[in-house]
Amino acid sequence: MSPIPTPAQAASIAPAATSPDLLRNFCIIAHIDHGKSTLADRMLQLTGVVDERAMRAQYLDRMEIERERGITIKSQAVRMPWVAEVDGAQRAFALNMIDTPGHVDFTYEVSRSLAACEGAVLLVDAAQGIEAQTLANLYLAMEQDLHIIPVLNKIDLPAAQPERYAEEIAGLVGGDPGDVLRVSGKTGEGVTELLDRIVHEVPAPVGDADSAARAMIFDSVYDTYRGVVTYVRVVDGHLSPRERILMMSTRATHELLEIGVISPEPVPTKGLGVGEVGYLITGVKDVRHSKVGDTVTNQSRPAPHALAEYHDPKPMVFSGLYPIDGSDYPDLRDALDKLKLNDAALAYEPETSVALGFGFRVGFLGLLHLEIVRERLEREFDLDLISTAPNVVYTVTMEDRSVITVTNPSEFPGGKIHEVREPVVRATILAPSEYIGAIMELCQTRRGELLGMDYLSPERVEMRYTLPLAEIVFDFFDQLKSKTKGYASLDYEQAGDQVSDLVKVDILLQGEQVDAFSAIVHKDKAYGYGVMMAAKLKELIPRQQFEVPIQAAVGSRVIARETVRALRKDVLAKCYGGDITRKRKLLEKQKEGKKRMKTIGRVDVPQEAFIAALSTDSGKEQAKK
Amino acid sequence: MARLPDGEPVPSDGALPPWLADVPPAAAGLGLYLHVPFCRVRCGYCDFTTYTAAELGGGGDQARYAQTAAREVALAAGVLGAVGRARPVTSVFFGGGTPTLLPPGGLAVLLGAVRDELGVEPDAEVTTEANPDSVGAADLEALAEAGFTRVSFGMQSAVTHVLGVLDRTHDPARVPEVVRWARDAGLAVSLDLIYGTPGESVDDWRTSVEAALETGVDHVSAYALVIEEGTRMGALVRRGVLAAPDPDDQAAKYELADDLLTAAGLDWYEVSNWARPGAACRHNEAYWRGADWWGVGPGAHSHVGGPDASVRWWNVKHPRPYAEALADGRTPAAGREVLGADEVALERVLLGVRMSGGLALDELSAAGRHAVAGLVADGLLEGVAAVRGRAVLTRRGRLLADAVVRSLTD
Repeated sequence: MSPIPTPAQAASIAPAATSPDLLRNFCIIAHIDHGKSTLADRMLQLTGVVDERAMRAQYLDRMEIERERGITIKSQAVRMPWVAEVDGAQRAFALNMIDTPGHVDFTYEVSRSLAACEGAVLLVDAAQGIEAQTLANLYLAMEQDLHIIPVLNKIDLPAAQPERYAEEIAGLVGGDPGDVLRVSGKTGEGVTELLDRIVHEVPAPVGDADSAARAMIFDSVYDTYRGVVTYVRVVDGHLSPRERILMMSTRATHELLEIGVISPEPVPTKGLGVGEVGYLITGVKDVRHSKVGDTVTNQSRPAPHALAEYHDPKPMVFSGLYPIDGSDYPDLRDALDKLKLNDAALAYEPETSVALGFGFRVGFLGLLHLEIVRERLEREFDLDLISTAPNVVYTVTMEDRSVITVTNPSEFPGGKIHEVREPVVRATILAPSEYIGAIMELCQTRRGELLGMDYLSPERVEMRYTLPLAEIVFDFFDQLKSKTKGYASLDYEQAGDQVSDLVKVDILLQGEQVDAFSAIVHKDKAYGYGVMMAAKLKELIPRQQFEVPIQAAVGSRVIARETVRALRKDVLAKCYGGDITRKRKLLEKQKEGKKRMKTIGRVDVPQEAFIAALSTDSGKEQAKK
Repeated sequence: MARLPDGEPVPSDGALPPWLADVPPAAAGLGLYLHVPFCRVRCGYCDFTTYTAAELGGGGDQARYAQTAAREVALAAGVLGAVGRARPVTSVFFGGGTPTLLPPGGLAVLLGAVRDELGVEPDAEVTTEANPDSVGAADLEALAEAGFTRVSFGMQSAVTHVLGVLDRTHDPARVPEVVRWARDAGLAVSLDLIYGTPGESVDDWRTSVEAALETGVDHVSAYALVIEEGTRMGALVRRGVLAAPDPDDQAAKYELADDLLTAAGLDWYEVSNWARPGAACRHNEAYWRGADWWGVGPGAHSHVGGPDASVRWWNVKHPRPYAEALADGRTPAAGREVLGADEVALERVLLGVRMSGGLALDELSAAGRHAVAGLVADGLLEGVAAVRGRAVLTRRGRLLADAVVRSLTD
């Protein structure tokens, strides 16, 4: 019997007319490259939503970057029909697969996606086992009482160890290792069974069809042609085309120009009822008007209470973004304005740096968010950018009890400071147990405090730490990977803030502060940072006609010093006949080069030197986790 | 070998733009440079246009080179005449390569051609470069006889291991000998030295400068070794076989040479040249003053100009197409550039400031004049000279002359 519905069966699951008990809303929780997209592709094929020819690999990941990185930034929801035997009869069901972002930077978005589901497929690579990231999202899902279907993927791989990892998973979610489904997204093995289990195990949504409409926004995406496309899960009541809706957090009202489901392209419908998942179009142009987590209701009959309290996304990590070519500044501004339409979490303000010129201080949810934004700016808008070392937000209370929020280290106040607070995170590290010592050592140097440690199996351990966020935004993940031969995985979540003994280290060239290199560091690390940065700049700053002292200072106290010796010789020895043309051309070239120099006091520094001093691969590596 | 610049094509008859007839030369005099592109061996550091017999593969003809070059001298007379610039030359300079490798009489034949086609001023300076081991007393007497007034020997160093790194084959003991023969023949003598060769100590360099001074010469050129791309030495440095010259070491050696030469009565008159009063090389001064000069030979450059515009061109590099062009009655020029007022002004600064007389401040732009005070304060320009209206480099300024030029031409 075909699992794809007949026309008669299909009528029972028509959008806006489907009984909630025929709906199943689920998501897939997986680590990147554990095969979520391939599995989703296979489901789309088996349910007949996408035919073989139309199949685009990893259909759900729309953006180019997502496809290349193999990660999903923006979630989507696809409605798939599926016929399964229930109580001895073949019945058609509508399955909504809600794709979740897989990264901690987007924890809030993940939690909203999970809130739209009743069940979750926990997908684990049968050759690699569960990763810290997956664990974090699994906890979130279990907290929301989602039904978990554990699945081992890639069982076709020769390196697969399904027995071993089935045991690990069963240990985490409870149940028998034998209940862990084994599939291969690649060959399709086990996927039909998985779809059947979704129907049988995931609870049907429950809601009040007669009460005022309440739908939760779990994603909103800007589309050049349609404006903002808002993804919702209807909890109570019904939404219909052409009616006016109300956004409960902003009290803004909009006309519902279009409402529908994705299958896998948008299909307008007569509305959405209890438990259904679909999209809304209101003509707004900015995702800030359709906020993830907000509740949509009818304007004429508004619901008295929103579904959950709405949280504005809060930038956790800041970095200065500057065009390498100063004349690209207006293009950078336009590009950020455009990205903002599709990224409610992106925050930025113009900023000027002596070393780097005109740019923006940009706030991000985390390092991956930073890296994605930067990459999109470079790729989609063809900009060459330099970013300053990422920093967190500090809250400085002065002795007069005035409070200053610092998002740029060079704005750290001088004068009498009462206390400085910095954000901390709760980090979870999963690694083979042989690396416990190395991990403890690393976390200790990063001011970490061990909260606890559990063995997932005799070979694998979960370590929990409190760490200052500032300590992990800079090359922590790199270090973790290198100390564990790449085996450790990391996840973290915000855990408030703490008072710390922090100081600002300034870097001075010939007594002039170079703003881009100021850093806020723990008092014990100020010396190390100063020595490192002074030495780095000494190598990068070309010799001048005079001696250039490079100093690192905390306030007026110099903690490290290097000297770029004066240039003694800058003259062409011979200048006869044919040398003259060469010499003039060289001079013209040097003068051109000088235009690209930044002048700090009297010191000419090529922009490349600043870029090299700021460059670190750690941001990129971190993003790839 | 150094690459030729990119430029615009030259008419096949070599004709100069007619507007040159309507402007005066930027400086008095006409210099003639004759390039002799042959060497017995190629030195590892050299990127000049020169060929050994082996490199020419037998096709290059050293024997007939004098005749070929004489054709270009005739061409020069015609081309210069067309714009009213043909006149007796005030200086002749034979360089190379190794000019004295030409068959006996070759140099005299060429000088004769200059005399016939353009004329030579009675008090003209006529110089040839020579290797210490490629001339004898009789050759030097013959040169003096033919009208040469000056010889410049490629001494480079008095230290054997330094000469070895430079691929120079002569015995250092030969230098005082050839200098004596040249002086006996009535020739003024200059010695060329190179400092900063890999492996050369400061004491080695002192030995070389002192040895040069002991010969009693009136003129010394001392050049910092430059590692040029495409040379054998360049490859050795790139591969790490030889250490790259250290600019600080070269600066110290420059200062040492300046001390020793000045103490011996030879004052600097250009960044890399020292001479007793009256012994400066007038031919080279013509380059730095922006005068007219014609370069004969493969790869040679020429310059004809006025106060606000000028033309510079350069010949093909290989002796064979060079000879073919002249045999066909065509110019051997490969390309040229026409310099406008800004470029001429830039060159005037970059060349003028290298000389001890310096540059009149009113030759500078407003921004350039504005930079003078800072350069005096930094000890790069002489304060007294600046007050009197000239930009003159201090010794530290000579070592940083390129930086000074950048400031003066901002």
